[in-house]
Amino acid sequence: MTAKHTFAGKVAIAGIGATEFSKESGRSELRLAVEAVKAALDDAGIAPGEVQGTCTYGADTNPDIDIARSLGFDDLTFFSRIYYGGGAAAGTIQQAALAVSAGVADVVVCYRAFNERSGNRFGAGVQGRAPVANAEMAHFASYTPVGLVTPAQWVAMAAARYMHVSGATSEDFGRVAVADRKHAATNPKAWFYEQPITLEDHQNSRWIVEPLHLLDCCQETDGAQAIVVTSLERAKDLKNGAVVIEAAVQGAAKGQDMMTSYYRDNLDGLPEMGLVGRQLWETSGLTAHDIDMAVLYDHFTPYVLMQLEELGFCGKGEAKDFVKDGRIELGGALPINTHGGQLGEAYLHGMNGIAEGVRQIRGTSYNQVTGAEKVLVTAGTGVPTSGLILGKDH
Amino acid sequence: MADFPDHSGALAALVGQSSGPIELSPDPVNTAMIRHWVEAMGDTNPVYTDHDAAVAAGYPGIVAPATMLQAWIMRGLKHTLDLEAARAAGNAPKGDANSQMMALFDEEGRTSVVATNCDQEYFRPLVLGDRLLVKSSIESISDPKQTGLGHGRFATSLMEFFAVPNDAVTKDLTNEQLAERGALVGTMRFRILKFRPGTGAVAPKAKPPRPRPAITQDNAFYFEGTLAGELRIQRCTDCGALRHPPLPACGKCASLNWDYVVSEGRGELLSMVVNHFPQVPAFDYPLPIGLIALDEGTRIVANLAGEPGDWTIGDRVVAEIVRFDDELALPVFHHETKEA
Repeated sequence: MTAKHTFAGKVAIAGIGATEFSKESGRSELRLAVEAVKAALDDAGIAPGEVQGTCTYGADTNPDIDIARSLGFDDLTFFSRIYYGGGAAAGTIQQAALAVSAGVADVVVCYRAFNERSGNRFGAGVQGRAPVANAEMAHFASYTPVGLVTPAQWVAMAAARYMHVSGATSEDFGRVAVADRKHAATNPKAWFYEQPITLEDHQNSRWIVEPLHLLDCCQETDGAQAIVVTSLERAKDLKNGAVVIEAAVQGAAKGQDMMTSYYRDNLDGLPEMGLVGRQLWETSGLTAHDIDMAVLYDHFTPYVLMQLEELGFCGKGEAKDFVKDGRIELGGALPINTHGGQLGEAYLHGMNGIAEGVRQIRGTSYNQVTGAEKVLVTAGTGVPTSGLILGKDH
Repeated sequence: MADFPDHSGALAALVGQSSGPIELSPDPVNTAMIRHWVEAMGDTNPVYTDHDAAVAAGYPGIVAPATMLQAWIMRGLKHTLDLEAARAAGNAPKGDANSQMMALFDEEGRTSVVATNCDQEYFRPLVLGDRLLVKSSIESISDPKQTGLGHGRFATSLMEFFAVPNDAVTKDLTNEQLAERGALVGTMRFRILKFRPGTGAVAPKAKPPRPRPAITQDNAFYFEGTLAGELRIQRCTDCGALRHPPLPACGKCASLNWDYVVSEGRGELLSMVVNHFPQVPAFDYPLPIGLIALDEGTRIVANLAGEPGDWTIGDRVVAEIVRFDDELALPVFHHETKEA
């Protein structure tokens, strides 16, 4: 695991494209996917006919071949899917990087598209799902009959233990929401543009599931985001240049469960993110001190604190202090989620966070971190997950 | 919902009209009917049954309870049965304002009816020998209203009661002529709501059953166990390691061989949440749920009994197997008491 991945530093993100982020797109999920892929290819300056590979989430409903027919792709030689919800985000980029570096496909498009607010809302959980006799549904047999049915509830169980062990408070979680919304307030693409919140707002928001308030939970979104991956060599000559993939890793830790990893020795961490972090540092040769900003997956605020610890930005149990005094806000020691995160910009299953990482390296973020050269991006937490380090091409 | 006509205009034209012919009471005010009434009501006031007591109280003689007003003109079961038979034969009385009003309500989809209130006024006591006549008319019909029962109209009937001495009743005089000669002794306003069925506030539904677990060959033993009153924990029969939730093989030694032990159901609360939203209809909220470390070494997610505020992480707990329905039983945890 200590060897440098062969693709690291040799593959790049060449284009990003998204739809608007809304609560009701009024369009099909497939159309959103097609719009985002088209926009990403335009951003890269690559013709649809040059795409040879695709990768999306297991949870995505849009077949790659439908996008291919819609935009007139030529032959596809690589098509892949990564499961486990938002944990797939950076994993799709890893798939693309593997395919490109192995010579399987020259250009790979990764995408995520859904009407997650106006259509199938993830926040409602699994309460309506038929108890089909397979292992995926049998997993929920331990939870749905007792009423533990939503992502917020599954996360809250871990968060309560984390608070008990670390001494973190609801206000400490709230500082993440305040930072995200501060950044969203100055990002015109964010749903919560010009709508910052205070810690008091966070504390006064209603309970969803104790210990989580409404403002600990990300929004729900209709929209799509696509990312174009190709070789560094090729990307250098394209319209917007190259954003180097310094590292791209996946992690499912020992004893891993889907959202309910309650049976491992310690309940107060995210071992899969620790696994992702160790690989990111080892394969990139970088350390936490080299990172100029981070996009940390924020469907629920407590897991942002745990990620800071697992990734080594602070010690175990120290995130509650790390997030204080604006340290995670623009201008702070480690600005996070400068697009507003999923609490502020949009819930795109983490794909929009990768796009923000690209903008930071390009120097085009609405909340630009001055001189950002190394950016860390994580994917869904509480599930088998993934991470990226993006860097400037010199 | 179907589109129904709006008969506001036709209904307004019926207001003030007579509901039907003036009716004469079958019997004069008499002691037998009064006695039955006061016995049924448990009213022991002697002015209704004892002449001397009534005179002593200032009446000319025995008086009828004022609330019997309508009872004097009611015509018994036979009349009702005859009317129903006539309706069944297609010979229902038609044409009077009341029948027209009811037909218009039905056309508006307001086929359900409920009596809402009844107000009576009394102008003089009824005495033995009084013969009553009643004149009915439609006093008011409301605009359509959304009510708790449904979308409907209120209609108020006014009944005016006149009394004549019994010996004034002859075959020569019509009921109308008798009523003109009589004294107005009371009124009654009877209000009904005619409404569209199924358009009211939704009645609270019976709580649906809890969501079913997805049962496979790997986890069936657990749910069979709770139905049998046992909290079962899967055990590797090669290395003896316990595991939960169920899996087909042992995470310690990879053996596919297993049986189960029955837990004592005691342990410690490791973590807990209190669900507020969204609310699944099968459960009561706020809903406390705990993660329990059983003394045998495995962990389990389960409901916590009592109020959310009763619980603190670290509490000692004990399971009670609760049968929720024929198919589902689950452990619910209580505080472990010292003597337990």
